[in-house]
Amino acid sequence: MKSEMLQKHHIHINQKWCKGCGICVAFCPKKVLVLEKGKAKAENMEDCIACRMCEYRCPDFAIEIEVAK
Amino acid sequence: MEKNKMRLVQGNEACVMGALYAGMRFYAGYPITPSSEIAEESSIQLPKVGGKFIQMEDEIASMAAAIGASLAGKKAMTATSGPGFSLKQENIGFACMAEVPVVIVNVMRMGPSTGLPTSPAQGDIMQARWGTHGDHPIIVITPTSVKEMYEFTIRAFNLAEKYRTPVILLADEVIAHMREGVEIRTDIEVIDRAKPTPGEPYLPYQLKEGDIVPPLASFGDGYRFHVTGLSHGENGFPTNSVEINNALIRRLNSKITDHLDDIVEVEEGYTSDAEFLILSIGSTARAAKSVVNTLREQGIKIGYFIPKTVWPFPEKELKECFKTVKKVIVPEMNMGQIALEVERVAAGQAEVHRLNKVTGELFTVAEINDGVMAVINK
Amino acid sequence: MKTTEYLREDKLPHIWCPGCGNGIVISNIIRAVDALNLKRENTVIVSGIGCSSRAAGYMNFDTLHTTHGRAIPFATGIKMANPDLNVIVISGDGDATAIGGNHFIHASRRNLDLTLIVVNNNIYGMTSGQYSPLTPTGKIATTAPYGNIDRPFDLCELAEAAGATYVARGSVYHVQQLKRYVERGIQNKGFSVIEALSICPTYFGRKNKMGSPVKMLEGIRDNAVIYNGKNKEEGKDKFLIGEFKNEPDREYTESYQKIIDSLKEGK
Repeated sequence: MKSEMLQKHHIHINQKWCKGCGICVAFCPKKVLVLEKGKAKAENMEDCIACRMCEYRCPDFAIEIEVAK
Repeated sequence: MEKNKMRLVQGNEACVMGALYAGMRFYAGYPITPSSEIAEESSIQLPKVGGKFIQMEDEIASMAAAIGASLAGKKAMTATSGPGFSLKQENIGFACMAEVPVVIVNVMRMGPSTGLPTSPAQGDIMQARWGTHGDHPIIVITPTSVKEMYEFTIRAFNLAEKYRTPVILLADEVIAHMREGVEIRTDIEVIDRAKPTPGEPYLPYQLKEGDIVPPLASFGDGYRFHVTGLSHGENGFPTNSVEINNALIRRLNSKITDHLDDIVEVEEGYTSDAEFLILSIGSTARAAKSVVNTLREQGIKIGYFIPKTVWPFPEKELKECFKTVKKVIVPEMNMGQIALEVERVAAGQAEVHRLNKVTGELFTVAEINDGVMAVINK
Repeated sequence: MKTTEYLREDKLPHIWCPGCGNGIVISNIIRAVDALNLKRENTVIVSGIGCSSRAAGYMNFDTLHTTHGRAIPFATGIKMANPDLNVIVISGDGDATAIGGNHFIHASRRNLDLTLIVVNNNIYGMTSGQYSPLTPTGKIATTAPYGNIDRPFDLCELAEAAGATYVARGSVYHVQQLKRYVERGIQNKGFSVIEALSICPTYFGRKNKMGSPVKMLEGIRDNAVIYNGKNKEEGKDKFLIGEFKNEPDREYTESYQKIIDSLKEGK
């Protein structure tokens, strides 16, 4: 039940704005994000707790979390 | 119409009266002799009309605050003298570049540096033109009387609003501190800046056909526009485009040079048949006029030429004089600044004779008379 | 809430280096503005010169990118002319404390209702890494090749001493605090100073061998002492994150309005 809810969170990453600094990857408490070809990518979405720390710390305005309701 | 009143006022006081008549609602300044009365009088009068006065921490901040207030929609002024005028230069350039209407009064005192703070001089003529860096437009007007302090301050606001540019009122200490009976005119037109048409898309630096300058919205009007001192496009945002930069710098300058007939003002006397001409500004022009009147009575074909707009320099009007004038005498309370322009315009058509005084005292009629006679009798 | 709604998307991506803290600070200013429901039409962003001051161009408000060090006096003119506007000033450490240092202390003293966010990356980034008044002693800069012998300001202590009525320090690691402090700063009717401790991986980081943006953020995390009102000493060789002052006082435009009103009554 709980994991079903969480799966509905979505991380939008604007690849055009992302400069691949890796801050979101390093500080995600659940290791949801990875760097791929120099850009951030959400890989383990089921683990995302929508804490928004990636969004808050993205220097490029490139991440937006859509929280499941 | 209400009859104009006669009043005995000081030059600096007349300046504030003119500013209020023109709609000044913000003043920022820093104390400096001999312009402090402008700040003091503004601090008394502005709150009475719902306006704001602030004494800032320095001259630079005063210039900045005046520009900020203008962008928020209020007609704004600052006043200063010598050292303060030097400090204001960078932000004057910002106002030129960002096209923000603002009035700067510079009451000239003896320099360089701290110089003689209470003594008159006319040494800031070139600084008023080229004090800030880069090719920039500027309008500089010079009063010769307390009456003109009142009327030219109104004119300074009108020109600033009409051409979206800083305007410098360049007075000398004598005019600023003199008291004269002045007819306070209440029939002078007041010009307000053009505003964008509501509902239409707005680009703060886009010139539409028939307009002199792009209209200027105020912060808070809802347009959410950007203003920068960087070179910018019609949308106001910075650009490195060589074409856009070229077009901007040319438009900034041509908005002034295309309207010289409106901006340039000269007072001429006896120039139609003059062989000799005295060219001067400010308090010096008063003595010069008196000399000309006396010499005319003696049958000498002499005239006077007083640029009331010193920048842009009244080139066309002066050239016209050289049809008859063979010798020009240029008395100035400096080492020769306007003379440089006169020499340029004369271009060998007439002799240009300098008459310079840097004692920190104003010219007497006798001194100018002697200087002129020496040239005539040469 | 979408940050992008408050940005001029056509101007992005921004000019800042990968991992630069400026974007982090700006996005949290935007979150604070959104949380307070400030009207964009009624909010003006004013900045000076430097990397962080380029922020104004990206933010979809009325924006004014001024001259070096002078953002505060420009903002003062705006606020005086129209006190109904929310005026937020974004400045850098060089802009606010070197060339603009005089304006900083006098705005603090005057208590005019402006919210100043100083993005402190300890260096002049735009001009390629010269030392600023906030560069710690001993650090390397392009103009301090043998180590900086200047002693830095503590920006927050300076603001407090000069009379600012709200003073706090957040960081690009402590982003939730940063957002909260900006919110409270805006809410304070008076002059508010929020120092946003930031990172410049390109100049300060590289010159001082501090590693990647991630390593620099970890450095902030590991050297921060969360201020609890009593532990100022602990922050001596580290730095304090927290709210140092929140003491509302007479606001300047309100005091001026009282003069205007009294003159009206006197008629």
